[in-house]
Amino acid sequence: MAELQYREALNQALAEEMERDANVFLMGEEVARYNGAYKVSQGLLDRFGSARVVDAPISELGFAGLGVGAAMVGLRPVIEMMTWNFAILAMDQIVNNAAKLRHMSGGQLRCPIVFRGPGGAGGRLSSQHSQALEANYVHFPGLKVLAPSTPADAKGLLKSAIRDDNPVIFIEGELLYGLKREVPEGEHVVPIGKANVVRPGKDVTIVTWSRMLTAVVEPSAEALAQQGIDAEVIDLRSLKPLDEDAILESVTKTNRLVVVEEGWPWCGVGASIADIVQKKAFDELDAPVTRVTGLDINMNYAANLERATQPTVERVVAAVNEVLYRS
Amino acid sequence: MPTKLTDETLLAMYKMMALLRRFEEKAGQAYGQKKIQGFCHLYIGQEAVAVGSQYALEPDDYMLTGYRDHAHPIARGADPGMIMAELFGRYGGYSKGRGGSMHLFDVEHHWYGGYGIVGGQIPLAAGMAFASKYRGEDRVTACFFGDAAANQGSFHETFNMAAKWKLPVIYVCENNRYGMGTDIARVSAEAEIYKRAVAYKMRGEKVDGQDVLAVYEMMKELADHCRAGKGPVLLEMNTYRYRGHSMSDAATYRTKEEVEEERANKDPILRLKDHLLKKKIASESGLEKLHEDINKQCDAAVAFADASPEPPIEELYGDHYVEPGEPDSKPRERVLGAKDVKWPSYPSGQELKVTWDLEPRTPPPGKVSSLPRKGAA
Repeated sequence: MAELQYREALNQALAEEMERDANVFLMGEEVARYNGAYKVSQGLLDRFGSARVVDAPISELGFAGLGVGAAMVGLRPVIEMMTWNFAILAMDQIVNNAAKLRHMSGGQLRCPIVFRGPGGAGGRLSSQHSQALEANYVHFPGLKVLAPSTPADAKGLLKSAIRDDNPVIFIEGELLYGLKREVPEGEHVVPIGKANVVRPGKDVTIVTWSRMLTAVVEPSAEALAQQGIDAEVIDLRSLKPLDEDAILESVTKTNRLVVVEEGWPWCGVGASIADIVQKKAFDELDAPVTRVTGLDINMNYAANLERATQPTVERVVAAVNEVLYRS
Repeated sequence: MPTKLTDETLLAMYKMMALLRRFEEKAGQAYGQKKIQGFCHLYIGQEAVAVGSQYALEPDDYMLTGYRDHAHPIARGADPGMIMAELFGRYGGYSKGRGGSMHLFDVEHHWYGGYGIVGGQIPLAAGMAFASKYRGEDRVTACFFGDAAANQGSFHETFNMAAKWKLPVIYVCENNRYGMGTDIARVSAEAEIYKRAVAYKMRGEKVDGQDVLAVYEMMKELADHCRAGKGPVLLEMNTYRYRGHSMSDAATYRTKEEVEEERANKDPILRLKDHLLKKKIASESGLEKLHEDINKQCDAAVAFADASPEPPIEELYGDHYVEPGEPDSKPRERVLGAKDVKWPSYPSGQELKVTWDLEPRTPPPGKVSSLPRKGAA
């Protein structure tokens, strides 16, 4: 198995799917001649030409909607948002058109489109550029929402997303692009809607996704192991559809659940997971479901404040000890 | 009204305009009876826009509009009974009663919908035209929207891209003067919408939207312009709606005299009627008979909608996600058992060869072209 960066894995997925299907094209800001603001589309313009790798003007609503229109009549657009912060300008096209076309047309139309780009904190970028916005998108019926945390899943899930006949929100980790890990060679497709048990354990379940896995949860699990606590770590990968079974199965075994998410606490993805678990596995729980989230404030620029705003190993270790009634 | 159109075509255009008007009158009645509820925007007064445009374009050109969308699909060939059933929220409607008045889709007739957010369809049309150009098709997209949509960001963002990439799309502003209750001139720095094309180096035109033949001629010419690869156009059609913005609008923002003046002197149906009678293409009694037939046709549409069942509750969750291998729903086949439905089909990703060079490379700065200069030794 080759070691690849997260960005290289995404690049491979795009290149392979564009090679496989001429209906796939990539459009976004700086994707062509600049080779991508984060170099995800490196080399694709030279390989596939200017109709299939298109530099768009800074008009997020405009080119998001253009993508939806192209998808309605048979193409398979991949629309790159330079970051998900900018996609807020395109929300109308994503929510009111892409997510509702199949429904409004009574099953006459389909909208096979991928909106992809980086989300989450980028590192010293202050409030407008440091938002984990996945909770916004899981809210809407008609959308699928993916947030891979490793290069292998980034590749395999992007391939699935491009092949899917529905609109897919594909949230990459802005600080994950340089992450290097093994990616299987050859055709590697990861199914949508399947979580991954990254670390089996028996004492507590920690559910997470995207950058929180490698940045916070894996180091937390190691720290917990030092304390003699055996944590089971689940990487959701797919937020909608959600692999409820994987969560419930694990909670049935460990009887304790901590959800770690970068986004804000109110109506976060973890809030819905807690709701599902208390409803469907109430009798299995030995402690309240506990969440470690980004704080309910806007992101600060100052390094110490930025660090303190996001979930940390210390907070996760403390939350796990709390659900184990150890302090 | 000089025209090269045949007598049969002129009569057919008249008949279609009269059908659209009667259909909307029946929809208005049904609304009063609470058979139709929610938002319902009638097209009465604007019929020449839909009919002139339909006759100018090819059946497989793409078309879409905003939420004032009952008339366009009927003019394209949709079944009036199934449109009425959709307005009634019944299973026999084009969208199985899921969309209602604002979301009418008839993909079989290349009618790509009714959209409820002002201006939201404008970028979609560019994408459809992008797809045509990507596949090398000789197809044009016509996108209709109201005057108020011209003040949305989607209008400006899309025009910039469509013009830069020379997309084959006709943007038709159906200027009926009021965005809900606001006179377009009150909220627009430039109220003559077609002039905004200049900013995007697009061709901008204006036409009397109450003259079906003028609409036809202009649309024909602009479709040729698009098919010749000369890029998108913005066409402003000056028209008028006789009813309020929607059924709940008492239209207190304009005078009765203004509406009466429009109805008496500029009505698109009366104007074509005058022409048909003057040129002896039709007789008074012949047109009377035609209107009777249309009345019956619209009564039948209402009866069809009345008889159509409510959508089955078991399908409550349906049409949200396409499962692998799941086919598209073909309304005429589903509702009427039609066997002749022609569904749009496109080349697979293995068959398709993309030859469009959207942005031909110019030599990077500093590099001198290897072509000899004129007059060089």
